[in-house]
Amino acid sequence: MAPPRSFFWSRRIFLTLLTGFVLLPVYVMVSSSLKPLADVTGEFHWLPSKVTFRPYIDIWSTIPLARYFVNSLIVAGAATVCSVVIAVFAAYAVSRYDFRGKRVFTVTVLSTQMFPGILFLLPLFLIYVNIGNATGIALFGSRGGLILTYLTFSLPFSIWMLIGYLDSVPRDLDEAALVDGCGPLGALFRVVVPAAIPGIVAVAVYAFMTAWGEVLFASVMTNDTTRTLAVGLQGYSTLNNVYWNQIMAASLVVSVPVVAGFLLLQRYLVAGLTAGAVK
Amino acid sequence: MTTTTAAEAAVHKTPSGAVQPGPRRRPGRIRRVGLPYLLLLPALLLELLVHLVPMVIGIVMSFKELTQFYIRDWGAAPWSGLDNYKVSVDFDAPVGEALLHSFLVTVAFTLLSVGLCWLIGTAAAVFLQDTFRGRGLLRALFLIPYALPVYAAVITWVFMFQHDNGLVNHVLHDQLHLTDKPSFWLIGDNSFWALLTVSVWKGWPFAFLIVMAGLQNIPGELYEAAALDGAGMWQQIRRITLPSLRPVNQVLLLVLFLWTFNDFNTPYVLFGKSAPEAADLISVHIYQASFVTWNFGTGSAMSVLLLLFLLVVTGVYLLLTSRGRKPADA
Repeated sequence: MAPPRSFFWSRRIFLTLLTGFVLLPVYVMVSSSLKPLADVTGEFHWLPSKVTFRPYIDIWSTIPLARYFVNSLIVAGAATVCSVVIAVFAAYAVSRYDFRGKRVFTVTVLSTQMFPGILFLLPLFLIYVNIGNATGIALFGSRGGLILTYLTFSLPFSIWMLIGYLDSVPRDLDEAALVDGCGPLGALFRVVVPAAIPGIVAVAVYAFMTAWGEVLFASVMTNDTTRTLAVGLQGYSTLNNVYWNQIMAASLVVSVPVVAGFLLLQRYLVAGLTAGAVK
Repeated sequence: MTTTTAAEAAVHKTPSGAVQPGPRRRPGRIRRVGLPYLLLLPALLLELLVHLVPMVIGIVMSFKELTQFYIRDWGAAPWSGLDNYKVSVDFDAPVGEALLHSFLVTVAFTLLSVGLCWLIGTAAAVFLQDTFRGRGLLRALFLIPYALPVYAAVITWVFMFQHDNGLVNHVLHDQLHLTDKPSFWLIGDNSFWALLTVSVWKGWPFAFLIVMAGLQNIPGELYEAAALDGAGMWQQIRRITLPSLRPVNQVLLLVLFLWTFNDFNTPYVLFGKSAPEAADLISVHIYQASFVTWNFGTGSAMSVLLLLFLLVVTGVYLLLTSRGRKPADA
């Protein structure tokens, strides 16, 4: 049955407007990053008076962008790997076993989603300082502390989503593996994990994005050497000048890896959500 | 539709019960019984260290007179009983009045933002449901705001909202002549709308993503049957698509609400450490109360009040939504 004409018209108008809304900042980012400084300090113009790649060269020397980049990469990468592994274990336990306290665990984990980050910012900061004083393990100001913090941010959502996803992986699969002599962990790694790859990728993407984009804890818990991009990019505004062209160029450079990765993997994300969280 | 979920839930329960006897019959059962706990241990430890213990400490702090003098040794700070709470809820005094104002701004902002995100996300997902040329491209484009790191995206909006060299004033004033003179967007009353725009721009793709995933669980036969009965496209959307999405929407709206209400990143990048009064969201307000005016005790009390509010709202919401579902399930 063909949809009525009104459906097509509404769809066209809505999608056109929405595309414009979505792409406007992207356009501003790209076009401004190609403008000379004079162009971005004066009145706004849609097109650069002269296209220049100078901002892309200057961003690396105005602030230590490369170092911030590496810091972000280490922090987000490590947080992602740890959080995925831990979430897979936890979700496997909840999905495949009955045990006392199962409900308490899932409810507790999920309710941490509700906590305002600001509530535990200061206590966490104090805990890290105390642990550092007592054991000499520097958590405050180090990448380690940030990794530890970030991996718990994505953990509740990841566990929740993976429980749903693992529930949709037929139990016959790992039961067969158990019968064939695999231990429970063997069954998990040889059978369940491969079958749950879309869900796991989805969770990894989510964890990476959460860590890559976090601002609050990054701005309190880092120092000059461990600063991440989220805080470092503020360095482009000085007292005398705001280098908008460089800010836009840098924003683009730090966004491209995540956006490209995300768009490549978005198929998995929808598949993972469909089987997992949305059930 | 709701009966399907009930059936699914039933199917899910049986195997998890059935799996249990399997490992138990095998030798080495004592180790197996401990296994689930072992698997949960890392997650549990981390949640304890980073969420639960800090939360308890935060609650303790809210009963202390914790200023910058005691921050090095917070245990030594004197107890202040309920003073921090009294200050926070004394709406006639400056601190309480500011908190109440910030709370009301946050409620209005959250309701508008969540509503708009949900509307746009649902419409986009429904319109992209069947295949047409360019669907894949649009789907990818629409996810860009979600994928962009907050600081990169929001800082671009900051540039667009600049008074002298921003795109927004250029379009509204110079090109369309809608305003007498260029407006300020990041200070004053307009800042509320600037914040809302950015928040919706950044937030709606998540709704889109979840609704899109939810749509894939609706069996195609439903639409075929409806079409046979002569239901048009709009009717199918109203009678099948939207009702089928109910369980998905219940979770989606709650998650959106909690994230928007607690959002710190967007206002912080947009306005910096102290937001204009019209857009003074509660997270930034508490941050300012704690880290800028150095009164951590009051800041903690405000956080605890916020948490209590969210607990109550979430509890009531869950009660209402699950009660609504029960008669349909039975």
